[in-house]
Amino acid sequence: MTITPHGSLKKAPPLTIPPRQAARLPESDAAAGGLFEAIQRGEAFETVVHEATRGEKPVLEVSNFNLWYGEAQALHDISLVCPDGKVTALIGPSGCGKSTLLRCVNRMNDLIDSVRVSGDMTLNGESIYTAGVDVIELRKRIGMVFQKPNPFPMSIYENVVYSLRIDGERDRSVLDEVCEQSLRGAGLWDEAKDRLQSSALAMSGGQQQRLCIARAIAAEPDVLLLDEPCSALDPIATGRIEELIDELKGTYSILIVTHNMQQASRASDYTAFMYLGRLVEFGPTDEIFLQPRLKETEDYVTGRFG
Amino acid sequence: MTITADPPPAAQAAGTPKRPRKKALRTTSLFAHGEPMVWLTGGSLVLAVFMIAGLLGLVLWQGGSTFWPGAILHVELADGSAYLGEVASKSSFAPEESRLEALSDEVAERARTELEANGGLVDRFQLRTENFELTNVHYRWIEDYHVLDRSLPEWALLVERNTWGRFYGTPVAFRLDGATIATEPDEVWSRFQEHHDKARARYHARQSLETHEIGAVNRTLEDARLHMRAAELAEGRDSERWRRAEAAYRAAEEEANGAFTRIRREIDALNTENGRYELVLETSDGVEKALALDEVVRIFPANQLGFGGKLSVYLSRWWEFLTADPREANAEGGVFPAIFGTIAMTLLMSLVVVPFGVLAALYLREYAKQGTIVSIVRIAVNNLAGVPSIVFGVFGLGFFCYVIGSSIDEVFFSAKLPNPTFGKGGVLWAALTLALLTLPVVIVATEEALSAVPNSMREGSYACGATKWQTIRRIVLPRAAPGIMTGMILAIARGAGEVAPLMLVGAVKLAPELPVDGVVPFLHPERSFMHLGFHIFDLGFQSQNSEAAKPMVYTTTLLLIAIVVLLNLVAVWIRGRLRRRFQSVHI
Repeated sequence: MTITPHGSLKKAPPLTIPPRQAARLPESDAAAGGLFEAIQRGEAFETVVHEATRGEKPVLEVSNFNLWYGEAQALHDISLVCPDGKVTALIGPSGCGKSTLLRCVNRMNDLIDSVRVSGDMTLNGESIYTAGVDVIELRKRIGMVFQKPNPFPMSIYENVVYSLRIDGERDRSVLDEVCEQSLRGAGLWDEAKDRLQSSALAMSGGQQQRLCIARAIAAEPDVLLLDEPCSALDPIATGRIEELIDELKGTYSILIVTHNMQQASRASDYTAFMYLGRLVEFGPTDEIFLQPRLKETEDYVTGRFG
Repeated sequence: MTITADPPPAAQAAGTPKRPRKKALRTTSLFAHGEPMVWLTGGSLVLAVFMIAGLLGLVLWQGGSTFWPGAILHVELADGSAYLGEVASKSSFAPEESRLEALSDEVAERARTELEANGGLVDRFQLRTENFELTNVHYRWIEDYHVLDRSLPEWALLVERNTWGRFYGTPVAFRLDGATIATEPDEVWSRFQEHHDKARARYHARQSLETHEIGAVNRTLEDARLHMRAAELAEGRDSERWRRAEAAYRAAEEEANGAFTRIRREIDALNTENGRYELVLETSDGVEKALALDEVVRIFPANQLGFGGKLSVYLSRWWEFLTADPREANAEGGVFPAIFGTIAMTLLMSLVVVPFGVLAALYLREYAKQGTIVSIVRIAVNNLAGVPSIVFGVFGLGFFCYVIGSSIDEVFFSAKLPNPTFGKGGVLWAALTLALLTLPVVIVATEEALSAVPNSMREGSYACGATKWQTIRRIVLPRAAPGIMTGMILAIARGAGEVAPLMLVGAVKLAPELPVDGVVPFLHPERSFMHLGFHIFDLGFQSQNSEAAKPMVYTTTLLLIAIVVLLNLVAVWIRGRLRRRFQSVHI
C-alpha cells in the first residue's frame, strides 16, 4: 500500500454507504471484497456517524486528523466528537490506531521524533495543535492512565500529589486534601490510607492502576484518557476499575481504549470502531452493539472478525 | 536395554510406507544436554576465583606477617665470625665445585656430606643482620655448612631506630652523663625502660618545635615578605605602600629572630637532657655501640617474648604503620600521610567525577537526539577508557599544572613567583586528572542506569504535565541512583589504584605537610601528597634497602586493598539503601 501524505487518497472515488443500510453492503462493494478490503486497498470512505452523537455538548473534537510515523500513515482523516461528561470507548483490532489517537489528545506523540500530524483537535473549543500551545499546560488539563500500571518510585502520597508537586505546591493541607480526595475518587482510600508513606511499588497491580487513576484525577483534568487500563489486571481488579469509570463518569469526560467488547458495552456511552487507522463507525454504545449500521462493525463486536 | 532407531520388522512386514515416524527411545546426546558447557563455564569461574584468591591470599599472608617479630638467631661460623639477626628466608642451591674447593678441608667435607644426603643441593638462609653503619650490609646469605653453632641468646635485643635502620645486639651498659651505672643485662634493661618513654617524649617535643613552631614563625615571615613583594610589583619600590610593607617585614624579621633564638634554646635544652642517657649494645662481632635513647623507636628482647609479648609488638608496629609518618626513606615507620593522601585524593576525585559524569550522561541519554553524532561521542567516551593512564598524567601535567595552574599563579600568587603555588603537581590536579581518567566509567554506568529506567515511568510523568527536567529530577534520577552509585564504586576502585598519572601530577615520595591541616585556610589543594600506590612503587623499586622494603610492599598493598574495599563498602551500603527505597514487587 503506498500512501502519500496529505490526502491524495481523497481523490479516489469515495465508497458510498447508504445511511440506513442494515448490516449489508451493496453487491458492487461485496464484489470488491467488502469494506475492510477497500480500506486495505487504501480507498477512502466516509465514517458512519450516528445522529445520536450530534446533540451532545462536545469536550473534545477531532477534525480531519492524520498522523504519520515517518512515511507510514497511522491515522487517516479521523473526525470524532467526544461528548462532555460521557465515556467514549475506542474499539478495533490491534494496530488500528486507537492508542495512537488517544496519545494524540495530550500530545504524547510529540515525544516520538518521526511523528507528523495534520488536522486539528480542540479541547473545550481551544485548539490542541496550533502553534503556541503550551504542551505542559495542556497535559495538566488531560489525565492519562496507561496500559501497564506505572506508579513512580516514591511513596503513595507523593505519587498522588505528583502533579501538584511539579506545580510547586508546598501547602501541606492542600496536598493532604487533594491526596485524600483523589484516592477516594479512585476507590483506593480505604486500602491506602494507613500506608500513604510506603512505596507505591509495593502495591498489587490493581491497586497500582487505581493509584495511577488517582494520580490522573488529582490535577482535576477536563478529559481522562484510559489506554487499555485493565489489560494487565485480573477480572476482579478489572471489575473495580469499571465501577470506578462508572463513578467518575459525569465528573470527568473519559476516553477509553479497550480490546474487551464487554467492557466497552458495559462501561461506555459512545463507541467508536476503528480499523487500519480509519474511524469506521461511531455512535451510542447501544446502537453500535445492538444495531450497527455496518456489517463489519457487527462482525467485529460479535466476535466474528478480529 | 538395546535401543534401535530402525522400525521393528513387524512394521516393515505390514508394508505401510507412510506411517508417522515413531521416535525410538534414546538418550539425549551429551551436547544437547549442555553438560560440557556447565563444566566450561564453571571451570572458568573456578579459575578466575582461584587466581584472585591466590593473589589476595599472598598479599594477606605476606602483608599480615610482616610485623610479626621473629626470633633473633646467633650463629657462629667455621671461619670464626659470628652473626646476630632474624632469618628472613631460606633456600636450597647447587654450589659449583670451584666454590667448594675454596673452602677449608673441614668445611668442604661437611658441604660434601650435605650434598650427598640432599641429592646435590645444600641449604642456606638469609639472615637480617643490619647494624648498617658498622657493617654496610643489611642482609647476609649463610650456607648451612659454614655454621658451627646456632643459639637464641636470651638478651639479644632488636632495636628499631629513627635512622640507620635496625640494630641487633646484646646490652652491656647503661650510661648516665657518661658514667656507666648498670652493666648486667636485666639491670640495663630496667634502666632503659625507666628513661626511654621520657626521652621519647622529649624527642617528640623537639620534633614539634622544629616543625610547628619554627614553621609558624617562618610562615609569618614569609607572609610579610610576600606583602612587600606584592607592594613592589604593584607600585614599585618608591611607593609609600612598599616602604610600609618593608618596615613591617623588618619588624617581622626582628621578631622571628627572637623567636628562633628562643626555640633554639628550648631545643638545645631538650637535646642536652636527652644526651645524658646512652644505651650501650654489643654486636655479635664484639663491637660496642652507644645508642641515644631518643633515637630508639622500639626495642625488645625478641627471644624472651611469649605469644602475648609478640602480639603486643605486632600490634604496636601496626599502630605505628597506620598512624605515624614514615622514616628510613619510607622503608620503616608509618604510612599515615599516604593513607590520608589516598583517601583525600579519591574523595576529591569522586566529588568531581560523579556530578560531571552524571550530567554528561544525562545529556547523552535524555536530551541529545540519538543519531550518528551521539554514537560517535559515545564511542569516543568508551575509547577514552582505553587510553593508557600515563597519557592522562601527561595531559594533567601539561594542562592542569602548567596551563591552568600557572595562570592561577600569575593572577593570585604573583608575589610568590618564580616559586609555583598551583603551577606544579598537587592533590587538586591529581584528583582532576583521575576524574578525567574515570569519567568514562561513570558515564557508561550512568547511561546504563538511565536506560534501565522504564519508559512508562517517564511517560507517566509527562502525562501529569511534568517538563523534561522535572521528570529527570523527580523520576529518572532517583530511580537511576543505585546504578549511578555502581559507576561511582567502579570509579573509586579504578582511581584509588592508579599510580602512573599521579607520579606526574603531584604524588611524591615524602610530603612534608598533609593537604588538610590546622593552618589557615585548612584545605590546601595545591600541596603535593603521598599516595599508597606510589608508596608501593617507591618501596619496591626506589628503596636503598630493597630487601627490608619488600615485606612493606606487601603490607602497603594490603592496606591499599583494604582502603579500596572500605570505600566500596560505604558506597555499596549507600546503594543498598537507595535500592530498598525503590524495591518493586510487581513490576
